[in-house]
Amino acid sequence: MATDSGAARGRSAGERAPLVRFEAISKRFGAVPAVETLTLDIVRGEFFALLGPSGCGKTTLLRLLAGFETPSEGRILLDGADIVDVPPHRRPVNMMFQSYALFPHLTVEGNIAFGLRQDKLGRDEIAARVGEMLELVRLQGFGARRVHQLSGGQRQRVALARSLIKRPRVLLLDEPLAALDKKLRAETQFELMELQRRLGTTFVIVTHDQEEAMLVADRIAVMNQGRLMQVAAPSEIYERPNSRWVAEFIGEATIIEGRPAAAGRIDTALGPLSIADGVQSSAKTVWLALRPEKIVIGMQRPKDAANALAGTIFEIGYRGEMSTYKVRLADKSLMKVAVANVGARGRPPYAEGDAVWLSWPPDAGIILTS
Amino acid sequence: MQRDRTKRSWGARIVILVPYLWLAVFFLAPFVIVLKISLSQSALAQPPYLPVFDLAAGWQGVTAFATQLSLDSFRLLGSDAIYLLSYLKSLQVAAISTALLFALGYPIAYGMARAPKAWQPALVMAVVLPFWTSFLIRIYAWINILQRDGLLNDVLMRMHVIDAPAAWLSSDTAIYIGVVYSYLPFMVLPLYASLEKMDESLLEAAADLGCPAWKAFWLITFPLSLPGAAAGALLSFIPIVGEFVIPDLLGGSESQMIGQTLWIEFFSNRDWPVASAIAVALLGLLLVPILFYERLQQRSLEGGSA
Repeated sequence: MATDSGAARGRSAGERAPLVRFEAISKRFGAVPAVETLTLDIVRGEFFALLGPSGCGKTTLLRLLAGFETPSEGRILLDGADIVDVPPHRRPVNMMFQSYALFPHLTVEGNIAFGLRQDKLGRDEIAARVGEMLELVRLQGFGARRVHQLSGGQRQRVALARSLIKRPRVLLLDEPLAALDKKLRAETQFELMELQRRLGTTFVIVTHDQEEAMLVADRIAVMNQGRLMQVAAPSEIYERPNSRWVAEFIGEATIIEGRPAAAGRIDTALGPLSIADGVQSSAKTVWLALRPEKIVIGMQRPKDAANALAGTIFEIGYRGEMSTYKVRLADKSLMKVAVANVGARGRPPYAEGDAVWLSWPPDAGIILTS
Repeated sequence: MQRDRTKRSWGARIVILVPYLWLAVFFLAPFVIVLKISLSQSALAQPPYLPVFDLAAGWQGVTAFATQLSLDSFRLLGSDAIYLLSYLKSLQVAAISTALLFALGYPIAYGMARAPKAWQPALVMAVVLPFWTSFLIRIYAWINILQRDGLLNDVLMRMHVIDAPAAWLSSDTAIYIGVVYSYLPFMVLPLYASLEKMDESLLEAAADLGCPAWKAFWLITFPLSLPGAAAGALLSFIPIVGEFVIPDLLGGSESQMIGQTLWIEFFSNRDWPVASAIAVALLGLLLVPILFYERLQQRSLEGGSA
């Protein structure tokens, strides 16, 4: 199921050796499987995201890497060495917890210094590095505060500093921004990216927020029910999903079932449609996935459009910068179309019940075989 | 609207008033009476002290009454060593017992908090269960266990730990056994409450940052359980100082706790003023840990549950 085509094309993945390798990892809780025979490489220096619906096993995978869970089967390699038997306190990876897990009886400084104190570093070095970290997360002057005196955003930064101070080989982030409000989350996403570029540390983030994963990550592993669905760069996953499940999980898509006909064409319930690539003749049924923003909407039938379908507007979802139209087609199915609201009035140019034409070029559609 | 609001605020005032009223009637008034008796003189009369407050005599009666009050009973407490020794004995028993309770109660509370969630209500129940039997009956049961031909000697002799029956009863050891047994729930429950609410991800975070489990206990679990430990210690220490039944039934006659001394003054010597003075001084003594406890609670409220 998993494809690793993205690894070669990833922004920073390059041809470097994997830093972390999950090798045929399975994890069961009692009889319930959380992760099933999963193999995955994470490359040194990349920002890697584990994305999936809740209960897909992404957090379990992160906890396996941190050492809080032991795999039922398989190996976990860090720099080529199996770390399955290494207890969490000896692993050169650090984790930022979803709840932040800050020590309530310690000050900000005490929290951040905690990791270095375990390593019995000198007092001066600890003070210097804590100072560096406070500066890095812009909390200078907050060192003596208690955790309960901080805002949510400040706690998040303390947690980040605490997990970074030991200069881990891999930083694990478990839904690090889930507790922040939308605006702060958006700012912090960019800060995280910048931080990762600056430090060059390998970041592995677990998130259920696909926009967050797409924004921050170099590569994304999409998971469902303990398995990898696709591993690739964000644009690859969005533009070239490898299955209907991924196409519908990431972003929005209208899926049309069809049978391959002549080269560059499939037969569907809506009539023959043009597609860009040839389809292997072995596939009996294929699916055409169309992203809402690739479809052009108009009052008249466009001239020399490769694909054009008539329909009526069933529902309009106004979102500010854009609107999503649900258009009912001849076979009663709905197609999603996204249109940027560029008009000066900001009012959608169409109304519910309008008869419209939908068109798209052959290369806008994605052909899926599973 | 306006009427409604005033009505509600009256309701709120009454609700607030109830506990204060309760304290005034059942704590403050008796205390004032005890304080008054402690400032009186012992007398062969009914009641056995002077002066008696006489409203019929009017203002003159009040002034006469006031001039007859004295601190003689309190002076006696200072001059006769038996009182000081009793106080010291009480403090010693309370301090050692509290230490024993902590040493015994902490592992129990820790084990309960770490037990599977489904078992925990049953474990709490097991700790509370002794309360279902009368305290007095449980202490009598201990007499049975500790006496010369009792269960303890029987078991120890069968196991060949001792050859001849040992005298457990009427000793300090018996007092400690009785006190620790009786007050264990007061130590275990607050400790359990503070350990149970601790976020387990804190220990994971400690492990993640390079801290082995045994050290994480001392750096994280233990400090976070200290408010519970303080509550348990004070809930045990304060009543143990004033304990009467346990030392009276299980203890020996060589030294008395202050509760026993008070009992003798009151019932045997019929010296109500001295007995009252003992009670007032005891309250003053216990005010120190009570105030300490209050401050601790205040601080943990301000600290919030982070």
